[in-house]
Amino acid sequence: MSLLGEDIVTEDGEFVINMGPQHPSTHGVLHLKIWLDGETIKRVQPHLGYIHRSIEKMSENLSYRNFIFATSRMDYLSAHINNEACALCVEKGLQIEATPRAQVIRILMAELTRLSSHQLWWGCTGLDLGAVTPFFYAFREREAIMEIMEETCGARLTMNYMVPGGVMYDIHPNFQKRVKDVMKQIKNNLHEYFEILTGNVIFENRTKGVGYLSKEDAISYGVTGPTGRASGVSCDVRKWFPYEGYDKVQFDEILDNCGDCYARYMVRMKEMDQSVSIIEQLIDNIPEGDFQTKTKNVIKLPKGEFYQRVETARGELGVFIVSDGAASPYRIKYRSPNFSNLSAIDHMARGAKIGDLIAIMATLDLVIPDIDR
Amino acid sequence: MEKLTNRYVQINRDPMTFGEKIYIPAIAKGLSITLSHIFRKKATVSYPEQKRPFSPVYRGLHILNRDEEGRERCTACGLCALACPAEAITMEAAERKPGEEHLYREEKYAAKYEINMLRCIFCGYCEEACPKDAVYLSETLMPSNYTRQSFIYKKEDLLIPEHKKQDDK
Ligand code: SF4
Ligand code: SF4
Repeated sequence: MSLLGEDIVTEDGEFVINMGPQHPSTHGVLHLKIWLDGETIKRVQPHLGYIHRSIEKMSENLSYRNFIFATSRMDYLSAHINNEACALCVEKGLQIEATPRAQVIRILMAELTRLSSHQLWWGCTGLDLGAVTPFFYAFREREAIMEIMEETCGARLTMNYMVPGGVMYDIHPNFQKRVKDVMKQIKNNLHEYFEILTGNVIFENRTKGVGYLSKEDAISYGVTGPTGRASGVSCDVRKWFPYEGYDKVQFDEILDNCGDCYARYMVRMKEMDQSVSIIEQLIDNIPEGDFQTKTKNVIKLPKGEFYQRVETARGELGVFIVSDGAASPYRIKYRSPNFSNLSAIDHMARGAKIGDLIAIMATLDLVIPDIDR
Repeated sequence: MEKLTNRYVQINRDPMTFGEKIYIPAIAKGLSITLSHIFRKKATVSYPEQKRPFSPVYRGLHILNRDEEGRERCTACGLCALACPAEAITMEAAERKPGEEHLYREEKYAAKYEINMLRCIFCGYCEEACPKDAVYLSETLMPSNYTRQSFIYKKEDLLIPEHKKQDDK
């Protein structure tokens, strides 16, 4: 659909504007085409594909050990959890399990990732809604988590730490102490987070009752993750289909029935608390032993289809591998949470004002590379 | 969907009180928090005067190692190129001639060894694959440059210089 070729004003007198692909509030190259009546949104149409890198196709030529790296580039804010999903799926095919030590390390890393991702989201939400300070506070705490990641995994964003059968290296000797320090710091600061943004009347007026998504709609659009839970859909994969021993830790699923931007905001804020509590339960109980189950140098999955789902910071990520018995997958399909979450944006934004669209986008917590893949 | 467990938390939705509804206290509270941060410890590092140390496992720029006697370790076996998911490594093998024993450790050596840093994703698989401990990811960042050609690192760029080895010892 050519954008220049079309009339800016449609026959019904609706005004068509483009938001993005270079717009500060789209957090990446998301391009929204908006039909407006005055300032009221009549229709939103997302245009995708600006950073399509054909990760699925690329994976078909890579070995089972190597294709995992590409998933860090999908949802780069929950790179660990994406890698974990792939590693788990390969393990399912090989019918092995990660060692107990590796499993606990994986949960710890996944929850740290979730925390850092939610922190980044908190900062960006503040920024989108006009509060600049939260952004800096969020990055300060996130930096502490990134340092832990760097120390143990070797990189800050694309960790590449998960391998089939376990993790790549053992944790750094400082790991436990540093995590405990950071947890203490985060618990203190969460309280500050609430004071600076949550209770603020400007913020509440911009989010309460905005971008309503009912439970039925959430289910029919396939919305998962905190966005789905804010609409009352109980969809936490960690609870429904526990993997890696999530059934052994105590945590709550956060639910809200309101389905508006504020609900999505609160669900994520409360989830940070839960992540902290999961980490605190496990940090002193990392079992001794190997950090990796030995696998063959060249991994070959048996013929068949394998599916694994995990809960990333944004929702349910599914990895579907079709294997024909060769050393690289025959076909890979990722069910990415952001793609489904974005599909609801038209429904949520209809009838709202442009300013509300920013709030809706911010609380959807979109990561564009995950949508395009 | 029914709730799976009873252990879920419902979020509190009390309406705003009058005190919260007038803007001034919210703004004052926000300002007081930001102001209190002035007196806290600085979170930033004044780069480039100050540099943050990298962790020992940091996956930065590659180096090719030498052994204790300063000979190149790499035998051009090609395992690193095979393991590389980004196909960033290319090499050409050559046979060691008599009289070159002080230069190369094994009979075969890499006459050409190139890593295309624009392709490389710094995953560390080459380091893991190498049977001779020849290629390492060091704790430095890749410097920026102007041309694409200058991102293709030749063997000379990757090898540790000879004198450095003596310093280490
Ligand atoms: S770090 Fe990874 S991408 Fe880079 S050269 Fe080594 S194996 Fe290839
Ligand atoms: S660097 Fe190591 S893996 Fe690569 S060719 Fe040389 S010896 Fe083989």
